[in-house]
Amino acid sequence: MKKILSVVLAGAMAASLASCGSSGSKPAATAAAGDTASSDGAAADAGSASGDLTWKIGAQGPLTGGAAVYGTAVINGAKIAIDEINEAGGINGYKVEYQTADDEHDQEKAINAYNSLKDWGMQILIGPTTSAPTIAVASEAVNDNMFLLTPSGSAVDCTATANAYRVCFSDPAQGAKSAQYIGEHKLATKVAILYDSSDVYSSGIYEAFVAEAANQGIEIVDTEQFTADSKTDFSTQLQKMQASGAELAFLPFYYTEAALVLTQANTMGFEPVFFGVDGMDGILDVENFDKSLAEGLMLLTPFAADADDEATVNFVTKYKEAFGDTPIQFAADAYDAAYIIKAAVEAANLTPDKSVDEIGTALEEQMKTVSYDGITGSGMTWNENGDVDKEPKAVVIKDGAYVSAE
Amino acid sequence: MMDRVKAEKQKIFRSNMITFGIVIIAYIVVELMMQTGNISSLFKGLLVPLCTYSILAVSLNLVVGISGELSLGHAGFMCIGAFSSATWSMLMKSSGMPEGMRFFIAIVIGAVTAAFFGFLIGIPVLRLKGDYLAIVTLAFGEIIKNLVNALYFGVDANGPHFSLEDSMHLNMDGGTIIIKGAQGITGTPKNSNFTIGIILLLIVLFVVLNLINSRTGRAVMAIRDNRIAAESVGLNATKFKLLAFTISAAIAGIGGALYAHNLSSLQALPKNFGYNQSIMILVFVVMGGIGNIRGSVIAAVVLTLLPELLRGLSDYRMLIYAVVLIFMMLCTSAPSWIQYRDRIMMSFKLKSTDGKENK
Repeated sequence: MKKILSVVLAGAMAASLASCGSSGSKPAATAAAGDTASSDGAAADAGSASGDLTWKIGAQGPLTGGAAVYGTAVINGAKIAIDEINEAGGINGYKVEYQTADDEHDQEKAINAYNSLKDWGMQILIGPTTSAPTIAVASEAVNDNMFLLTPSGSAVDCTATANAYRVCFSDPAQGAKSAQYIGEHKLATKVAILYDSSDVYSSGIYEAFVAEAANQGIEIVDTEQFTADSKTDFSTQLQKMQASGAELAFLPFYYTEAALVLTQANTMGFEPVFFGVDGMDGILDVENFDKSLAEGLMLLTPFAADADDEATVNFVTKYKEAFGDTPIQFAADAYDAAYIIKAAVEAANLTPDKSVDEIGTALEEQMKTVSYDGITGSGMTWNENGDVDKEPKAVVIKDGAYVSAE
Repeated sequence: MMDRVKAEKQKIFRSNMITFGIVIIAYIVVELMMQTGNISSLFKGLLVPLCTYSILAVSLNLVVGISGELSLGHAGFMCIGAFSSATWSMLMKSSGMPEGMRFFIAIVIGAVTAAFFGFLIGIPVLRLKGDYLAIVTLAFGEIIKNLVNALYFGVDANGPHFSLEDSMHLNMDGGTIIIKGAQGITGTPKNSNFTIGIILLLIVLFVVLNLINSRTGRAVMAIRDNRIAAESVGLNATKFKLLAFTISAAIAGIGGALYAHNLSSLQALPKNFGYNQSIMILVFVVMGGIGNIRGSVIAAVVLTLLPELLRGLSDYRMLIYAVVLIFMMLCTSAPSWIQYRDRIMMSFKLKSTDGKENK
């Protein structure tokens, strides 16, 4: 009996798979109910007259698990941009359909997520969110010549393939820019570093920082590490850093750990200048975190949610309205990603009836000439490697808010 | 007496043939679907992972089901297989060696390295009675993951360089860095495909099923069932357990090699080589039936497919996945459920015999 049951089950699986593959209507239908209320007006249009051409843009990132914060931010950020684009009449006159997939911050699942979006009919991908999945997906997507613009995949190899571009800085660029900033502004000569040696992002920035520090006359007096498995107690590392006589502590990791580091440093009476990178953005929203501890914290970030230019204010208000949160940098990157795609598609004069391959080829050419002003930087341009060129803003936290450090 | 032995042998042979048959039929069906283009990209992308996890499930079943020890670190052996084979492939990438040859050697290297570590761990632990293997392998899996995350390895004209600090400490003179700590290995050639996966699965099944039905396999099972009795007839318990464990580690290494050559970036994340992965493999084994090789392959396939098939449900899919998992576990293991199931089966059988009698 067990045998029969397993055969029946296997059969059912195969059947449902086949139907999933051929029609692709099922995910779209469920998405229309939940996710893709994005194209309010557009969904109705597209739904009623299914013959109408639409752009199909996918986004992916971890929506479950430890890195879910980032994936959710990316997907929400892009959704706001796509809603706005649809309200304003779409891209080149065609509305945009938007679909998302969960990659669980795992390379294998990321390929699955990408394939499921492909089955849906995706033409352009915003994502993946995190570095390791981006590398895996980019090398898979290059076979389809699918254009992908990752908002936040920062490892160098993320854009190794011709079809991959990114909105954020690459890790080395961040590290080098941080060292340059510290050197040029003479913030300190004795620097201690604490980084997450099990994290790609953190160790990538660390290496670039050390390489550039030598050119800037910065002396690295102490280097401490932690790993993903031991990121709650930093007292040993902080004590060593304190003993080393560092004037500045460089913290290239995410804000969740940084909040703990700052709290523990405070109880120890360790008070150097703390200097972070874009992952530090969001620290003011950590629950139960005493904001006064972040006083004087400097960070290099392309995006500050408290900036008062019109575009940022518009984005932040809309994001708060829709999701009840202050957007972090990932959301802003994704928001820009959607608009960058719009700009590139319009410049290349593409229509949705083109194949994925044609769109990919055209966009890869176009990206090299496109220049874009967004909320994560103005005058963004891209080089051959798919890396963005933009200026980071250094901000310092004063009275619980970001203030430009210039 | 001879007849009974013969009948028993035939039964085993038939059962083994069914297992191979299922795998081969599945392969043919999928190949036909691929040829006719009736297959979604999602499913196509899942084919190699399905083979990988089936191999891992078979591997762990050898330890848990046949040898009766609990291993909670199989993801660690998979990790070793993945990284050692990928390192080889990266080293040989530009050497002009034919791809098939290179991948074959990569798989062998993955298997041998994992087997070596399995052997090393087995020597002290398998001498002990009790749950020590579970404890040691649990630690081993985590150690390997963290070690790989801290390991830097590069090759230049002066030979190989190792460091556990960072890439600056490699003191490289040009050359290439192959393992970059937490960033892992990027650019591994994608040599894995469905056909190779199925061939490996068949080989693994062949080895394991034959082992179980051999003199050695019977010895291993005798030790599992009653160690004292087995030792009293002169079986060397440690030797046989060590043999089974080393073979299992080697198979896990093969799974790792297949995994590594299916993705272009290889990193030891908690998700793929951590504790959760070890437990996931154990779930395949428990779900498919401890000691039931065919069952563990089916369970691995079903449980790998399930979360992907539920993608349409977006946020609820992990919830539903968990509920299905609990439900399946109850269905196959809880005594009261089994009783209930049997009663339903019984009533069906009775009805059908009633029907026959009425006619």
